[in-house]
Amino acid sequence: MSLSNIWVFSETTPEGAATTGTLELLTKASSFGGSVTAFVVGSAGDAAAAFADHGAAKIYETGDLAGALPGAAVASAMKAVIDDGDSPDLIMFPQNYEGRDVMARLSVKLDRTVLTNSTDVSVDGDSVSCTTPIFGGAKLVTATFTGEAPYLAAFRPKSFEPAGGAGGAGEVVSAPVPDLGATGGATVTAVHVEETSGPKLDEAAVVVGGGRGLGEAEKFEMIEQLAKRLKGAPGASRAIVDAGWVPYSYQVGQTGKVVKPTVYIAAGISGATQHMVGMKGSKNIIAINKDKEAPIFGVADLGIVGDVHKVLPQLLEALAARG
Amino acid sequence: MNVIVCVKQIPDPALPGELDPSTNTLKRDGKLILDESDSYGVEMALQLVNTAGDGSVTLVSMAPNDETSGLRTALAMGAEKAVLVSDPTLSGADALTTAKILAGAVAKAGDYDLIIAGTESSDGYTGTVPEQIAEVLGLPSVTFAKTIVVDGSTVKVERQTESGYDEVTCPLPAVVSVTAGVVEPRYPSFKGIMAAKAKPVDTLTAADLGIESVSWAQSITDVTDAPARQAGEIIEDDGEAFNKIVAFLDNLKVI
Repeated sequence: MSLSNIWVFSETTPEGAATTGTLELLTKASSFGGSVTAFVVGSAGDAAAAFADHGAAKIYETGDLAGALPGAAVASAMKAVIDDGDSPDLIMFPQNYEGRDVMARLSVKLDRTVLTNSTDVSVDGDSVSCTTPIFGGAKLVTATFTGEAPYLAAFRPKSFEPAGGAGGAGEVVSAPVPDLGATGGATVTAVHVEETSGPKLDEAAVVVGGGRGLGEAEKFEMIEQLAKRLKGAPGASRAIVDAGWVPYSYQVGQTGKVVKPTVYIAAGISGATQHMVGMKGSKNIIAINKDKEAPIFGVADLGIVGDVHKVLPQLLEALAARG
Repeated sequence: MNVIVCVKQIPDPALPGELDPSTNTLKRDGKLILDESDSYGVEMALQLVNTAGDGSVTLVSMAPNDETSGLRTALAMGAEKAVLVSDPTLSGADALTTAKILAGAVAKAGDYDLIIAGTESSDGYTGTVPEQIAEVLGLPSVTFAKTIVVDGSTVKVERQTESGYDEVTCPLPAVVSVTAGVVEPRYPSFKGIMAAKAKPVDTLTAADLGIESVSWAQSITDVTDAPARQAGEIIEDDGEAFNKIVAFLDNLKVI
């Protein structure tokens, strides 16, 4: 088994640029030396050049989904191309909302298993395997596909470093969405974008994460202030997102964003598996928690066993004094 | 308004997870509990039925050893009955197989208007099963719902996105996966717990669903310990610990 034909589920930002996640997967796909195809949700537009520069020789685009959710729509478009004879060995998806939904629909259409939450893919002789961290990253599990291609796998953000320089133009081919029947019933009627200021959570050099140890929603203000002072982004554990203190877009972890900043400051976060998966890859970790047994201290470079309500105001004051 | 809720019974997440050394799959032979992330779907379903003024909530689940303790929790919350598929041949099943089994269980659960599931389980977190069930049943679906309102034969959902949320409408019947926090799950009352003991749980095998052979095209070939992070410096706050943080940040040149 060689991976001579790999597809990458590809997305663009609302502004029309290639998403970083797509470029990560295209770069990894290119490393196998076979042909790489970007399968784009919507239209490639100006992003086509970036897709091509990261290795995509061919670019399929579904065109505007006209309000349909991507799950059934893009999976049907993919199935139609496969039925027409261009059958990939592997389709790489990002582990995000749309990637997950499309992969799930396609797995049923093709009757193929899925491997999810992967951080690597490898070929060894005749077998293709994916690696997945479990138990909060304490163990790495390798699972091997045993059936027929196409193999379907989803990868966590930031599993691979994007690298351009492939050159080439990339041939853009239309892959329209067929009639979906009943499965296409869901329609988006309005889109709401939450306003954010400062650097993006998954791109910031400094991330300050707040958790249940803050005690109450109002105290998240300290996290916002510290993030602003350090020109970073505020983040949150699932516990306080579920509690409604901050919007979901703040969530760092398994179901939220994966961050790998220069410094991650965990304030009042105990370090549940769900959270650790999203921030363990940070280059430096500072943790402040009053429970010295908290798992977060197991990954901290600097751990302060203390009360966030005392340490954070002191820290803010000291930083303000420096100007 | 009849709602089916897919629920998973999982090992207590408060206990350290363990792999079965012979199969390298998650050990699931002890007592299982209702996955907390499914309690939101159960609560949402109960509220929708209550708002509609008629109908009931039915649970579907797949678990080893005829396990029902997690189902009893959801029945105690107010669900009326459950269909449980328990079959040794399903041990270690992949997400696609699980979806086919649950879709089969749905067919045994009676008439329905809506199927609700969590976005992902807290133990396996594949996150594909709700959408796979929808495809097996040929239904439309909306994933990552943070609110659900039923309006006649349509469901209106606020669906979480990377940058905010979308308003989505979808004709019924449909599959909707809900995020944690969509509603606050109730605690079962004592009366509810007593009543749950007598509620019907229909326990079936794969063959009962007409699914004669099960197999999945993946196998775990290796498990290793991840490289450990080097231990850091842990200090008790003596009132001056913030200076340590300032020095640490200074050293990294982020201030």
